[in-house]
Amino acid sequence: MAATSSTSSSNDKIEVKTTTCYMCACRCGIRVHLKNDQIRFIQGNPDHPLNQGILCAKGSAGIMKQYSPARLSQPMLRKAGATRGEGDFEAISWEQAFQILTERLANIRATDPKKLALFTGRDQMQALTGLFAQQFGTPNYAAHGGFCSVNMAAGMIYSLGGSFWEFGGPDLERAKLFVMIGTAEDHHSNPLKKELSKFKRNGGKFISINPIRTGYSAIADEWLAIKPASDAALLLALIHQLIKIEGFDLQSVVQYSNAAQLVYLDREDELDGLFVRSNLESSANAKLQWWDSQNNCVVDAHTQAVTPALFGEYKLADGSRVKPAFQLLSERVSECTPEWAELQTGIEALQIVQLAAEMAEVVKSGQIELPIAWTDVWGNQHKSVKGAPIAFHSMRGLAAHSNGFQTIRALSILMILLGTIDSPGGFRHKAPYPKNIKHLPKPPKTTADFQPNTPLKGSPLGWPCTPEDLFVTDDGAPVRIDKAFSWEYPLAVHGLMHNVITNAWRGDPYPIDTLFIFMSNLAWNSSMNPQKVREMLQDQDAAGEYKIPFIVVCDAFSSETVQFADLVLPDTTYLERHDVMSMLDRPISEYDGPVDSVRVPILPVKDGCKPFQDVVVELASRLKLPKFTNDDGTRKFKNYPDFVINYETAPDSGVGFLSGWRGKDGTKSLKGEPNPKQWEMYAANNCFHHHVMPKEHQYMRNFNRGYQEWAVEMGFLTQVEPLTLAIYCEDLQHFKLAAEGKREGRQPPDALRERIKTYFDPLPFYYRPLEENLSDLNKFPLNAVTQRPMAMYHSWDSQNAWLRQIHAHNYLYINAQTAEAAGIADEDWIWVESMHGKIRCMCKLSEAVEPGTVWSWNAIGKASGAWGLSNDSNESQKGFLLNHLIAEELPAHGEFKHLSNSDPVTGQAGWYDVRVRIYKAEASEEQQTLPQFSPAKPYPGMKKSRPKWLTYFAGKGAK
Amino acid sequence: MSKKQLALAIDLNVCVGCSACVTSCKQWNTSGSAGAMADQNPYDADPSGTFFNRVQTFEVGSFPNTEVVHFPKSCMHCENPPCVPVCPTGASYKRAEDGIVLVDYDKCIGCNYCSWACPWGARELDEFKKVMTKCTLCVDRIYDESLDERDRKPACVLSCPTGARIFGDIKDPASDIAQAIDSRNGYQLMPEWETNPANHYLPRDNKNFDQHANADKSKDEEQK
Repeated sequence: MAATSSTSSSNDKIEVKTTTCYMCACRCGIRVHLKNDQIRFIQGNPDHPLNQGILCAKGSAGIMKQYSPARLSQPMLRKAGATRGEGDFEAISWEQAFQILTERLANIRATDPKKLALFTGRDQMQALTGLFAQQFGTPNYAAHGGFCSVNMAAGMIYSLGGSFWEFGGPDLERAKLFVMIGTAEDHHSNPLKKELSKFKRNGGKFISINPIRTGYSAIADEWLAIKPASDAALLLALIHQLIKIEGFDLQSVVQYSNAAQLVYLDREDELDGLFVRSNLESSANAKLQWWDSQNNCVVDAHTQAVTPALFGEYKLADGSRVKPAFQLLSERVSECTPEWAELQTGIEALQIVQLAAEMAEVVKSGQIELPIAWTDVWGNQHKSVKGAPIAFHSMRGLAAHSNGFQTIRALSILMILLGTIDSPGGFRHKAPYPKNIKHLPKPPKTTADFQPNTPLKGSPLGWPCTPEDLFVTDDGAPVRIDKAFSWEYPLAVHGLMHNVITNAWRGDPYPIDTLFIFMSNLAWNSSMNPQKVREMLQDQDAAGEYKIPFIVVCDAFSSETVQFADLVLPDTTYLERHDVMSMLDRPISEYDGPVDSVRVPILPVKDGCKPFQDVVVELASRLKLPKFTNDDGTRKFKNYPDFVINYETAPDSGVGFLSGWRGKDGTKSLKGEPNPKQWEMYAANNCFHHHVMPKEHQYMRNFNRGYQEWAVEMGFLTQVEPLTLAIYCEDLQHFKLAAEGKREGRQPPDALRERIKTYFDPLPFYYRPLEENLSDLNKFPLNAVTQRPMAMYHSWDSQNAWLRQIHAHNYLYINAQTAEAAGIADEDWIWVESMHGKIRCMCKLSEAVEPGTVWSWNAIGKASGAWGLSNDSNESQKGFLLNHLIAEELPAHGEFKHLSNSDPVTGQAGWYDVRVRIYKAEASEEQQTLPQFSPAKPYPGMKKSRPKWLTYFAGKGAK
Repeated sequence: MSKKQLALAIDLNVCVGCSACVTSCKQWNTSGSAGAMADQNPYDADPSGTFFNRVQTFEVGSFPNTEVVHFPKSCMHCENPPCVPVCPTGASYKRAEDGIVLVDYDKCIGCNYCSWACPWGARELDEFKKVMTKCTLCVDRIYDESLDERDRKPACVLSCPTGARIFGDIKDPASDIAQAIDSRNGYQLMPEWETNPANHYLPRDNKNFDQHANADKSKDEEQK
């Protein structure tokens, strides 16, 4: 009855509990209202700093995740003699599952620990999974960053010491101009929506640079429809213009970047292209050098009252020719005129000139100055913080191209030139960033760094600064199964998950025994080339053994990948378990200070399921991994919640997974002894801990003495030092010098020298994606890219009964004129073909996409029968994946047979590099997407029938 | 005409089409006084369910001068609602006290007259219960004194990430909604149909950039 005002009777049991959402990677605070132990309403928590009460379509559909019929409900083992991939399972007990796993993993650990490959997907517990891999002693571990946005992380952290999303972002509260480049909606999504709206209402101007006008671009004041992968050309042209019209922030550039530092030119030795340093004999006292333009002599960088030269060429006393880094940058962009960029990007030169002028105007007359006093690392006192209120945001749109790293270097330099790094209205850091990459963990270095029954020496993932930090054999060959940190992908700081299956199948560089996958759909939308990947997972050697002998999959739902497992471990939902968003991993910090958060169980664990974190702690204990085991051989931690409370990074370090309510009585923040009541205190405080720093620590953190002293104390930083902004990235030059044979030490294999020389350029440059150079552009004239719709992005739940009514299938969107030229009409069935394969799908004509691009929503398409959906679901019959058109490896060329289709610097998957052609399907063809796959067999515990009607009403009848 | 008229104003200038309003409405109302809201074929081909609020997305103009508009639409709570007089049983009615248009399920015979009369397509027959359903402005939230005052709003308003949905009494000139409609040139759909929709839309506003406009204001804020 609509007219009544109350829906509860006094007999109903009503409860409200707080936790953290996990319908996507955003991590909003939620209040879960329960009625008679069923979920009545999931509401954004108004007291939570991240979302402040708001919640998206996914978060609001959490009920349908909890009660999804696709839930797995017991451990399962592939039946003896059953073919892998057909989903022919028998149910087993958890004890059996642990015995099978422990026996197998203990044997691997005792003989050859690298034969375990542990790869996790959209998880937010890498502090735990990484620790497990490290303690196990396998180098073969990574999460999904390598195919997501590692170019963004690496490009910015090597330039600025911080990057977008968890570790930094646009200060939209103060910005006046906001530029979003490429698809970026799926990171920090709800806070960004909230801030974007306020920004627009405060009169800010929002410019979107994107081949497609969807998502947030819909409300942009200006849309610049750029050709895919040409962003570097636009950014270099903006830099060109800013230098030409002197529109950059000169004072900030001189003081905070390495622009004025002198660089050696044209030398034949190991100093070529490196910064000039005094006292080379003693690296501790070595000082970077400027050219004093008044007295015409070399001086130590940051000498008081000196105006350094930014331009020109100079000669040192020893005859060395040198130039300031800024001179080199200006030479690099000298040909990158707006007219040149127009040809690359499709954006009119005049628009580029105007955009640069608009930015320059803000730098000149629109600076924000806040009366916040601070002291810099050189001891200078400042009365205020100031900066140009120009903010940027970007993620996968730039990152998912094989030219993404250098493109993001160009973006970082643009942000530096505008004086916007950790300044009001610009890019702001979030704790524990900024970091000095030199002090960040390094990967293991040689095959000697992993040994049987021994923890890995080094961290599975790390931040190489020189070739000595690479992880290669004595011959310079890759050590990791994904070849991360090899000369093929030296700065693969998040690994290359997209190549694991192919490499393991081929035994290149070696075969593995067990592939352990958590929460990643590698047999479907998380793989390039899923059709071949599925074949590889099923492929057997001459002796009839699977080429990848054992596959373990942990997931809460019956994904396409579960079907290919030998052992399935049913996970819980986010409402049934403990989780931490840890300062040791990817916290939810705000600009004003560190924030971490937790999930606590709202509902009991579904019968037969187990939280993956508990599985990891159990396995680590059974395997007696040192950090999980007492000296007497007994297990250290009862379970995951116990681990979180009591684990410390080092004995008595006072630093653990959670930063709040530490100390015996919970009175200490960030650092302190373990507190047995820590979970309860989080639960009683909205499940987050927010340490607000004093205002004088909130800005200019690359150089802020007060902040850095505090950060050193808290373990965020190693020492107080300038975290100089890199116009010129000297780290890259070390690799280039090795490739040029000018440097002692590790050398790349000869076949890779040219590749390293080209792409490890300390200054950004524009090149077309690697695969494009190997494509027939006449045959395949169009770029094809994907985006994810807001109701599903970064989510794991498109089988959700409510969300699938918003997107049950996808279309290929084509510019109307492009379609017309191909004789294609709206909603026609068409073929889309790349050099790697073809798909059949339906199309829609659009005016909101540039003519050379076609696109679709990603991961709407499902394999028939997966995710608890009927075999004839729209997702499988009309939905499709573009992945079938994309390859995980570049076509063989020259000496390279199996190079990853990835950025040559970071190994980031080049998802958005594929070229395609489109043509109309024959009228006689079936109206069904292709390719199709045979549905898996019903699994144990699978619901026998699907309801015809769903009439969810919380708490009905149950008391 | 009501003395009080509750309604929504939807700001098209900031709506990004995320559909938060769609599912937050569904989850509140399916277990509320207007529920359950049925879903047919929830895990089969062609799923189709009852929603009180949907977002339509359309393109305006030609490339490259294209605008993409996200347009959330629900019952407009018309001041002169054409759905009410056509109802043969009196199930469809407009409340005198606050102007909300509601359906009394006990009287509804599912004849569909009201949905044919509704110019907005905002009424959906629940195929399971065979009664007419529609937005209630979360009438079972907005007066519930057991809720915090901030929570006495429709679920869609609470969840909306961009704050694009403003709720209140359009007849009260001091209300946020009335002021937003006034200052932002809020408009009604199809005024020529004379239904006088209570819900309003705030138009797109692509103003020219003035980087100096707020410079002093932000400085003041920080000094506070």
